[in-house]
Amino acid sequence: MSALGYYPGCSQSGTAAEYDISTRACMRALGVEMADVPDWTCCGSTPAHTVDHHLAGALAARNLLQAQAAGFERVATPCPSCLAALKTADHRLADPADPAYKAEVERLLGRAAPAPLEAVSTLQVLFEQVGPAGVRQRVANPLTGLRVACYYGCIMNRPPGLMAFDDPENPVAMDELLSACGAEVVDFPFKTECCGAAFGMPRLDVMRRLSARILDMAASCGADAIAVACPLCQMNLDLRRGQVNAASRQDIQIPVPYFTQLMGLALGLPEADLRLDKLVLPLAPALAAAEGREKAREKTREAERQAKAAAKATARTSDKEATPCA
Amino acid sequence: MPTPMRTPLASLDLEAGRDLSFISAVADESGQDLKSCYQCGNCTAGCAYTHDYDIPVHQIMRLVQLGRREDVLSCRSIWLCATCQACTTRCPNNIEVATVMDVLRHMARREGRAPERLVKTFADGFLSSVARHGRVFEAGLAMVFAILSGKPMQDAGLGPAMLSRGKLAFWPHEPEGNGKAEVAAIFRRYREGKPAQPATPDEPAAETGQAGEDAR
Repeated sequence: MSALGYYPGCSQSGTAAEYDISTRACMRALGVEMADVPDWTCCGSTPAHTVDHHLAGALAARNLLQAQAAGFERVATPCPSCLAALKTADHRLADPADPAYKAEVERLLGRAAPAPLEAVSTLQVLFEQVGPAGVRQRVANPLTGLRVACYYGCIMNRPPGLMAFDDPENPVAMDELLSACGAEVVDFPFKTECCGAAFGMPRLDVMRRLSARILDMAASCGADAIAVACPLCQMNLDLRRGQVNAASRQDIQIPVPYFTQLMGLALGLPEADLRLDKLVLPLAPALAAAEGREKAREKTREAERQAKAAAKATARTSDKEATPCA
Repeated sequence: MPTPMRTPLASLDLEAGRDLSFISAVADESGQDLKSCYQCGNCTAGCAYTHDYDIPVHQIMRLVQLGRREDVLSCRSIWLCATCQACTTRCPNNIEVATVMDVLRHMARREGRAPERLVKTFADGFLSSVARHGRVFEAGLAMVFAILSGKPMQDAGLGPAMLSRGKLAFWPHEPEGNGKAEVAAIFRRYREGKPAQPATPDEPAAETGQAGEDAR
């Protein structure tokens, strides 16, 4: 296996620390080896490309250079925005039809641009290198009965030509991984709808409207939890839940764990590797609801079994009675 | 509050506002074949932000084709696009619509326009933080934005939840090596290579600096 670099991204050392911690823990538990890109810096994220494409390219390319210098053949990141920034820079620097872009990025970098280097999401690594079958073998505590809406966010798979993984309209990688963990993934139509992205600060009204749609849909799908793969989606749906609920006059309490926290839970990893305590809306009620439902379901199943057995027994006796020449 | 939708096509004088150089500039900077847009409306149908746009995205594409520079560069929509890529993904003619929106915002910026002032303030604040620390210092950005936005209490209610969950770092996590200096150098070269940007007329003086201005 090629040497895999890990690019955490800024959020993962702050507001999304639990995404970083649980991602590293799942990778370790599932035998995926990776090492941090040394001395990584911000990829530029969305603000850089909205200001200038060359600036965005240089900020991302610096990290590709760091990864290359460390000898990595691929670099994985949990954050879709980092992923888009790294992939865009890599893609545009390799475009022979656009030498001016490369020249300007090199001027900003003050050195030669990096050679082509593949950036992938940690979701893609988990899906391709371990896969649902590999995960299923390691599950210690199946998430039986937990109804999960898998929410990929807008740019994990889009645009498809650039991201080149899974389906852009109906991605399934997270669904399959969490199914393998025993969860019951719901048919969620808003997998790739936008949550309001970085508008939480500048246009809270816009962000609240869009996140409310996601929550509303998850609630109507009967989800116990919304699994996410993006720190910004998580922040909008979890930390800003009070703001969203207040604006939409709803009281939706569905928790929003990172998919890696759910995977880690199923793999039997300790709380120190999951940091569920960092979620604003606690996961425990969702787990309790799933367990309660599962117990009730088991009870019904047991009752049905007994009724069937009783019916069979009666049928047997009555059969004998009804047979004329036994 | 949703912005009332403008209907620029209602009062369209095809000759008066046409700027042919604008059409080629957008095509050049975005690398997109703008002529191939045939107004199917798929981009607008999938756009999560149409509700807040003053001009829906398919009409922006049409206005660009017509060279309606002023209509396009003065609109709010180009500032409210979140680059969610639904339009680009669904365009039957493979136009990177989100890239076009990005480029239009760049052009508006260069002219000192920012009808969505806080969107610009946020992006500038984010990049200033990166220029200064090499990485985004989230708490610092939130503080700076709270002050510059004039809405210091908007997110104050999030504080306790973040504090109790250890989500507010009081100090930036700076890169361990040369990264911070290298990022600062990228911003320095970026500023050196750009013509001075005019101040945004509707902004207070404190925010008129371009991205990363305060980087050392």
